[in-house]
Formats: sequence, structure tokens, C-alpha cells
Amino acid sequence: MSIPLNSQEVLDREYLEIRGKILELAASLDRLERAEGCVNEDNRMSLIRQGLQILLQDANESKASQIQMLFSRVFEDNWREKFNL
Amino acid sequence: MYYFDPHIHMVSRTTDDYETLAKMGCVGMSEPAFWAGFDRGSVDSFRDYFRQLTDFEPKRAAQYGIQHYTWLCINAKEAENVELSREVIKMIPEFLDKPNVLGIGEIGLNKNTKNESTIFLEHMELAIEYNQQILIHTPHLADKYQGTRMILDMLTADSRVDPSRVLVDHVEEHTAKEVLERGFWAGMTLSPVTKCTPQRAADIIELCGAERLLVNSAGDWGPSKPTAVPDLILEMRRRGHSEALIRQVVYDNPIAFFSQSQNFTFTHPE
Ligand SMILES: [Zn+2]
Repeated sequence: MSIPLNSQEVLDREYLEIRGKILELAASLDRLERAEGCVNEDNRMSLIRQGLQILLQDANESKASQIQMLFSRVFEDNWREKFNL
Repeated sequence: MYYFDPHIHMVSRTTDDYETLAKMGCVGMSEPAFWAGFDRGSVDSFRDYFRQLTDFEPKRAAQYGIQHYTWLCINAKEAENVELSREVIKMIPEFLDKPNVLGIGEIGLNKNTKNESTIFLEHMELAIEYNQQILIHTPHLADKYQGTRMILDMLTADSRVDPSRVLVDHVEEHTAKEVLERGFWAGMTLSPVTKCTPQRAADIIELCGAERLLVNSAGDWGPSKPTAVPDLILEMRRRGHSEALIRQVVYDNPIAFFSQSQNFTFTHPE
């Protein structure tokens, strides 16, 4: 099933919302830089950078799904053996 | 439009919330047993909680014309205490004949540990023994994907489990498809903080189709909005979706799923 709106209608409806969300992100990143100390080594910063890159990709796969997987723990097939269950 | 909230924790809500929900078209709800925000100390604490779910809440709901159903279990968080969990599981059959009990739930995983998995399997065993439907909690955030896969592993490895009698809740973009493809029902939880917005839920409906897909508010003691289902109805309308499609997700689907439980005696308001 597809979305009944066309892309022009989606853009008209969501442009200001998207603009606002990008601005929120920009201000958060500014805040991180202004604050004392350095978190560049924190793994979460790497995840944030990778997440931003996903947004700019021209991918066939859903960006939302890719973001979800990026921020997910890895699933291992053999978990039951590891737990002895 | 009338709707059914298939996953809402009314013990955490005020009577004013019942009134608001009724005014917004809610005519039925199902309330899974969950974590109270603190770990309970004894099996009697759960016994009282189950009395609240099977006796007090249906009466409170009925005052506003809402039909209240419930699910019983010890939740994944407290399942870390295996000894207490086993006592609770042994006690649950005392309540399975209460008229508003639909099955065992919300069982699931929280941090995807060995103890949680052990108690999940024992709940599954209980559901099979008493021919009960199952409602499942999948973990949040980074644990969701891994935990959902583990849960699906446990369910599908046991041929006695009928996927069409199991509802897997809190699905999102990366888990909805697999849950549905394996024949289970899937529930999206609308939440202002960690989970799914009405916009993203509408996207998932468009991507996966409406068959066996439900939507709920959770409405628990954390940041949550008990009136979130009407928000989805509005979002779907604003996108131009048909009333029939919206009704399928918020009314027909939950009723079709719950109708597989012998205690479900819902009467349509119209
Ligand atoms: Zn819940």
C-alpha cells in the first residue's frame, strides 16, 4: 500500500517540520562542542556521525530501518547455546 | 470512530482518563500485566495486582462504557528473579477463569538475559498447557532487535505455539516485517519518548499493509499519552487513507485477534 499523498504534498506538509528537526540537531551538536571536555572517543559520537551519513544516502533500503539497525545490539544466532537453553 | 486500545496500562491512569478515552471513541481495551516501576517482594503482591486487573479495573472501565480485558504474567524485568517468577507462574491459573482474562502477557525480554529467557519459556509452557493466547513485550531501544529475534526463535522452535494466537508488541521499522512474515500479529506502541510516533506508525502501515497489524498507546506510568490511538486515526485521515483501512487497524484487527480467546465476549456498540 502506498501513501495517498504525492511527494509535493508531503514536502509542503513537512518542510517546516524537517527544517525544525535539522535545526534541533545542529543546536545539539553546537552544545556538545561548547561544553567543556571531549567526547570524541565516546562510541555514541561515532554512531551519531554514522547516523547522519545514512540520512544523506540515496539508498533503496529504508533510512529509518538503517538507523534502527545502526543503534541496535547485534543478534547472534547461537544465543541459545551460549545460554545453555 | 470507535476504537479498541489493545495495550494500555489503566492501573497507572486516573478515572478522568477513562472519561477522556470514552469521549474519544474508545469502547474496548486490553491491559497486559507489567512492571510497577519497582520490583515487588512477594507472590501475594502479584495476587493483589491480578485482583486489581480482573476485578477493579473492569468495573472502573464499565462506568464509561468501556469493555476491559486483561493478560496475566510476571513481566520481563522482574523475571530476573527466577524464584519469585516461578511462584507467580504457579499462582496464575487461579485467575485464568476470570471473565476478562484473555491470556498470558505481556511476557518477553528486557535486557535479553538468560534468566529472562528461562522465564519466557516457562510462561510459554503455561500458555500451552492452558490453551491461552500470548501477548509479548519486546525490549526497547538498542535491545529491541536482538530481543525480538530471540523471542521469535523461542516461539517458532516450539511447534505447539500457533503464531496466529500470539501478538508481538512494540514493533518498529526494523522488526515489524519479520514478525508479520512469520505469521504473528504485530502491535505498534505510540509513545512520545522512545518508541513510535503516529507518523512513523502510519509509515509502517503503508509499508507492511494493515493485515494483522495493531496500534496501541501503552499508556503506562512513564511519559505516555493514553489518547495516542486517536492521534494515529487523525494522521491517517490527514494522509487521505480510507475510513475502512483506519478502522481495520484500530478496531477490526484487535477484535479479530482477541476473538480467538474464549473469554472475549465483546459486544459492538453499534
Ligand atoms: Zn506494556
